[in-house]
Amino acid sequence: MVAPVIVVTAVLIGWPLVRGVYLSLTDATEATMGRTIGVNVIPSSYEFVGFGNYVDILTSGLFWEKLIWTVGWTVACVGLHYGLGLGLALLLNRKMRLRSVYRLLLILPWAVPPFVAAFIWRYLYNSDYGVINAMLKAAGLGAVGWLDDPTTAKIAVIAVNVWVGVPFMMVAMLGGLQSIPGELYEAAEVDGATPWQRFRHITVPGLRTVSSTVVLLGTIWTFNMFPLIFLITGGGPGSSTEILVTYAYREAFTGIRNYSGSAAWGVIILLLLVVLALVYRRALRKQGEVW
Amino acid sequence: MMRRAFSAATIVAALALAVSACGGGDSGSTAAPAQSAAADPSKISGEITWWDTVRPDSEGPTFQALITEFQAKYPNIKVKYVNVPSDQAQNKFQTAAQAGAGAPDVIRSEVAWTSQFASLGYLQPLDGTRALENESDFLPSPLSSTKYNGKSYAVPQVTDTLALLYNKKLLKEAGYEKAPATVEELKKVALDVKAKTGVNGLALNVDAYFLLPFMYGEGGDLLDVQAKKITVNSPANVKAMATVADLVTSGAAPKPAIQDSYANAMTALKDGKAAMIYNGPWALSEIYQGKEFQDKENLGIAPVPAGSAKAGAPTGGWNYAIYAGSKNLDASYEFVRFMSTPEAQAKVAKEISLLPTRASAYDNPDVQGNKDVATFKPIIDTAVARPWIPEGGQLFQPLLEGYQSLVGGKSSPEDMVKSVDEKYHGIFKDWS
Repeated sequence: MVAPVIVVTAVLIGWPLVRGVYLSLTDATEATMGRTIGVNVIPSSYEFVGFGNYVDILTSGLFWEKLIWTVGWTVACVGLHYGLGLGLALLLNRKMRLRSVYRLLLILPWAVPPFVAAFIWRYLYNSDYGVINAMLKAAGLGAVGWLDDPTTAKIAVIAVNVWVGVPFMMVAMLGGLQSIPGELYEAAEVDGATPWQRFRHITVPGLRTVSSTVVLLGTIWTFNMFPLIFLITGGGPGSSTEILVTYAYREAFTGIRNYSGSAAWGVIILLLLVVLALVYRRALRKQGEVW
Repeated sequence: MMRRAFSAATIVAALALAVSACGGGDSGSTAAPAQSAAADPSKISGEITWWDTVRPDSEGPTFQALITEFQAKYPNIKVKYVNVPSDQAQNKFQTAAQAGAGAPDVIRSEVAWTSQFASLGYLQPLDGTRALENESDFLPSPLSSTKYNGKSYAVPQVTDTLALLYNKKLLKEAGYEKAPATVEELKKVALDVKAKTGVNGLALNVDAYFLLPFMYGEGGDLLDVQAKKITVNSPANVKAMATVADLVTSGAAPKPAIQDSYANAMTALKDGKAAMIYNGPWALSEIYQGKEFQDKENLGIAPVPAGSAKAGAPTGGWNYAIYAGSKNLDASYEFVRFMSTPEAQAKVAKEISLLPTRASAYDNPDVQGNKDVATFKPIIDTAVARPWIPEGGQLFQPLLEGYQSLVGGKSSPEDMVKSVDEKYHGIFKDWS
């Protein structure tokens, strides 16, 4: 009964993957890929070049620059996602009035499609006509060219991604919190444990399974968060906010398309994430988690 | 997301390979140019799709009206009008043409895209077809953009270049009756406007194309195609970049927004927050919607200010190109022919001030009656033709990144042209 699954997966994922890896070992571009369109016949003229593309990428300063920023961006975003998500979940996990209203409001950013969110924020950040600068001016402070300077642009995209990503973390954490039996807390209270001890010894271990899953997911998503970066800054100013995936896209889709170069970028990104996932799993195993 | 982004290119490539492997696309239906095509309108039939890239609100209706006219004349041809934003059309067309599915029959192709599409085999050669009629009537500079390897792959639709657009009222308040003719004057006028009226003198748009007038003005350029030489790292260009940087640091222009630069500069002009911008005829219909220009007379149009060498701006514009895999070549030829007649061009010029590419269209009273076109015509005659090479479209990104770091104060003029030069050497590996 597994056969259909294997076939579908092989066709949908396996074949493009194999093809991508093969392309990354050639020098295929839009100009060297053969095709016939109406009266025009273009012969295929690309060749096998082995690991040439990989060597080019790994020896360019650009790749390391982008990798450092991508890692920084991922760590900053996932850290904030997790911290804020957990904090909000703890706040919402208590009995209070209007609890469902707060939950709804906090989940809203998640319901907004990323490209809509990106455009809204881009307007807010606009240096001459944006709402944020209008508020700063009204408060007597100077306007800031949010998306016009590498440092502020990085802060700006991280802020938007945090805004978009916190709700998911919050909901996941809430689910985790509600699965911890209340008796444990009661027993701890009877034994005289302080709130901090209760959090440290009941909540944290109880959330471990959920946490490890959402952090891994969050890391992969953030690492490849294409739409926000692409739509808010387009990778600019210069190419300072360009992460690995947006750069690979630029490589693939500007001018005469470089299929082989972008496939090599893709394979490298994939390998980075595979390595990350393996290391992560091993670390969890060490802590006695079963995956 | 990851897998999708990663495999999009490969899927496209795989599809293309599969398509071409099975004999692919649509071949054999029209191998020879259709010179024998009946000139009798009722004989030609079929449905064609046209990707237009004009602004749908201010320019679209004029082209839609022309299509209606065309369909009345050719009742058996159905034209499907699709408006694709100009910043997406190139990418979309490449994807569709490469995959052999979803490409339009006719596309409005930017002058710099045309040679690229042609080199990739996406465009139908038009020599000797009905699409290209009375070729000698076209202005030489726009016509040069349709040629690739000695064949014609497109028909010039409109031409344009950059000019200095200014708010006459604000300049008058600062004591100027005429637009500045040189970059030194530009700085002085801008500073005076700022001092006397309180609004900004000049709004810069941080875009590579808009940097070219400063380079040409000092006698600089990006490439020397004949000699296969990259010429961007030259003293002339360093001087040009220093001029631009100085406009910002001296306060003649406020520090420009980098993100949404074009829109912000346009808004500033339209709302009277800035007195001068660099822009082309395509912007006029939008500018006239602004509150400062309810009276069209208030908008001044002048050649771009000259540098120490000359005044020069790049030749831009658009062409009609036909997809080589079109199932309805005859109908497409006829459509392109109709759209590029002097009469059709005159109608477009009269209504939305886009400049005709046919010399004879300028004799049309309708065109002569449009003041903007009359003003732009001499500016067009001095426009600098760019090198129409397949890699032309890749020249802008490095230049844009350099411009951004220049106005951001992150790099000196010398460093900026040097970094652009390095990136160009990555594109043109065998050039000196």
